[in-house]
Amino acid sequence: MLEIMEGSHAVAEAVGRCRPQVIAAYPITPQTHIVEALADMAANCEIDADYITVESEFSALSACLGASAAGSRVYSATTSQGLALMFEVCFNCAGMRLPVVMSIVNRAMGAPLSIWNDQQDSISLRDSGWLQLYAEDNQEATDLHYLAYKVAEDHRILLPSFVCFDGFILSHTYEPVDTLTQEQADSYLPPFRPYQRLDAADPVSFGLFASPDYYMEFRYAIDQALDKARSVIPEAGKEFNEMFGRDYSGLVEEYRLDDADVAIVAMGSICGTVKDAIDEMRDAGKRVGLLKIRCFRPFPHKEVRKALSGVTTVAVLDKNVSLGSRGAAALEVRDALYGSGVSVQGYIIGLGGRDVRKRDIASVVAKAEAGEGDIYYGLRQEVLR
Amino acid sequence: MKEDEAACVLFDSGHRACAGCAAAMVARLILDAAGKDTIVVSATGCMEVFSTPYPETAWKVPWIHSLFENNSAVASGVVASLKKQGRKEKVIALGGDGATFDIGMLCLSGAFERGHDFTYICYDNEAYMNTGIQRSGATPYDASTTTSPSGRCSYGNKRPKKDLPAILAAHGAPYVATASIAYPPDLRKKVEKAVNTPGPCYVQIHAPCCTGWGFEGEKTIAIGKLAIETGLWVNFEMEEGKVTRVKKVVRKPVEEYLKEQKRFRHLFRPKRNDDEIGKIQAIADRNAEKFGIDIQLKK
Amino acid sequence: MAMGLGCTARPGRSRENKTGSWRVFRPVFVHEKCTRCGMCTTVCPEGCIMEDEEGLPVTDYDYCKGCGLCAEECPSEAVEMTKEEK
Repeated sequence: MLEIMEGSHAVAEAVGRCRPQVIAAYPITPQTHIVEALADMAANCEIDADYITVESEFSALSACLGASAAGSRVYSATTSQGLALMFEVCFNCAGMRLPVVMSIVNRAMGAPLSIWNDQQDSISLRDSGWLQLYAEDNQEATDLHYLAYKVAEDHRILLPSFVCFDGFILSHTYEPVDTLTQEQADSYLPPFRPYQRLDAADPVSFGLFASPDYYMEFRYAIDQALDKARSVIPEAGKEFNEMFGRDYSGLVEEYRLDDADVAIVAMGSICGTVKDAIDEMRDAGKRVGLLKIRCFRPFPHKEVRKALSGVTTVAVLDKNVSLGSRGAAALEVRDALYGSGVSVQGYIIGLGGRDVRKRDIASVVAKAEAGEGDIYYGLRQEVLR
Repeated sequence: MKEDEAACVLFDSGHRACAGCAAAMVARLILDAAGKDTIVVSATGCMEVFSTPYPETAWKVPWIHSLFENNSAVASGVVASLKKQGRKEKVIALGGDGATFDIGMLCLSGAFERGHDFTYICYDNEAYMNTGIQRSGATPYDASTTTSPSGRCSYGNKRPKKDLPAILAAHGAPYVATASIAYPPDLRKKVEKAVNTPGPCYVQIHAPCCTGWGFEGEKTIAIGKLAIETGLWVNFEMEEGKVTRVKKVVRKPVEEYLKEQKRFRHLFRPKRNDDEIGKIQAIADRNAEKFGIDIQLKK
Repeated sequence: MAMGLGCTARPGRSRENKTGSWRVFRPVFVHEKCTRCGMCTTVCPEGCIMEDEEGLPVTDYDYCKGCGLCAEECPSEAVEMTKEEK
């Protein structure tokens, strides 16, 4: 049923229908509306979850780790500094192969302190072994939670997953969202079936230390599972599409890319603006298209190469920067297209909530065509002076 | 099976603790008291490392190690998870004094404030032993460690031990106790009481470390006894914030304890430092007064 | 050997590590002096001192590290530490 809802509330509702048994979260802007809504559901017995009001994000994810290891489906949500505080636990969840699902309401990293949107937070955890899915709008942000649980808990995968969506731009925006009923949700997402759990009837030791004789193989096993996700995510997306008519079967998604000379690559809510800008440029006779990255980890190198092999120029928009290097997506895309002869230009854009307008996208395309790339787009020169 | 035979059942042989290790005794004795329906959440530290080098584990109960500082938070999650599944296992969070007094203090405080039903057990060997004997918030006054060495202008650790039992009692913990590996039956009784008391309970176990403190492994229990007999370690129980039971002793002078350990050798050599020994004696005297541990001998 | 997913292990494997090879001094139990008090079993950090049917201590020398706690704490001096002959 289509309802006009705030992004956070739509996500909270979807999370509730995923039936997490343990929720542990700590408040941080702009994630708060999600965890408040879930607390409200718990207080009114609308969800059957033990809600732990932890004293920090570090404990939030640690509690999720313990609850997951003991055999429960778990949920948390955070952003920015909160995610940074979880850094250590993030690597641990992945290494211990615990299918925790966590919403990341993307926000800039301090300093300077900023509560506004970019994607530096989740991108900074790209090496931690979590699946990373990025949503363009609130419908997608909502649906990706079902998909994330499905994939994370799949015994071929057993890895934790971020569902990333842009802070304020999506989390605090009212949009029409089609929410699944509980019956629909249950028919898509079966109850959690742990691969192994803490259980006195069948004792297992979790989290041993590995000497140099074993460590590399465990890291490799995580990477193998991420590679497997390259096919399991499309599988789960296809099933979702068959049941509910919304297609998330692609790790990437193309928009007017078929005959394009210039391709824009982007992630998250910026894709909506890019699509509008493309429509205008197309009307003016420019052959421009979009490749939206839905799944950043595992990174879909093959799909990217296939989708972009026909263009001459690629402009990658990064709402993050690997300081001292480039934007994270630009590096990946350049890697995917290595040797193809396609020109790849990177643009650091929209950091810390700086607005990105349609005309900025047109301007980026013009720069890319002129071979002017690997720059911060839209710097205010008068501030730098 | 006899009680003493059961002692070795749940924590297996083949672990890599030093010969004479008190922490290994702690693992064995607490599981003996808690029983097989117990889930243990360990912090990083000596005990974790010597008991679980992959693919070997000495733990015969379900056991999990995540990080150095999050065992209380992980335990919170385990408790919540069990509750939702209607399961009845007991949960023990286990950590050394570094994990407990210092780096894990935030998670520990949060878990106790929230009132999760679990028992936190600290094996207190009074320094970071796993990393090579660095001082912690549990290191006693004047102990020489690798980060509080004695020297020309240092007598060792400058601060007394943090009073963690009092801090946790102040959180409203229903049961807080101190114990020592020198008195196994008392230790077992306290752990049994803690795991069977609803709510967050705390047991702090004195675990003399032969390697870190500098004494021979066969003296582990003797040193533990001397700590109690000199009043530098007090075995007590607190119920609902009130001290309800204390082990009384006929006190010996602190130097009988100090002189047996390399970490206090600088107080005796090259020449005896009466001032500093006097300050440590004053700590023992304050303990004795505060807890009323002195047995008054009839003249 | 199948890897324990997420670096997990089942109980029993620590017994593959025969710590008895560390031993320099060997505890010898003098059963004539033993009062069957169980102190040695209780204090052994390895958990490798058992009691036989008669309640007398027997050590699993595969694991005994020779720390000497049993000898030190035995109230009837029924454990003697002797130099290990290899």
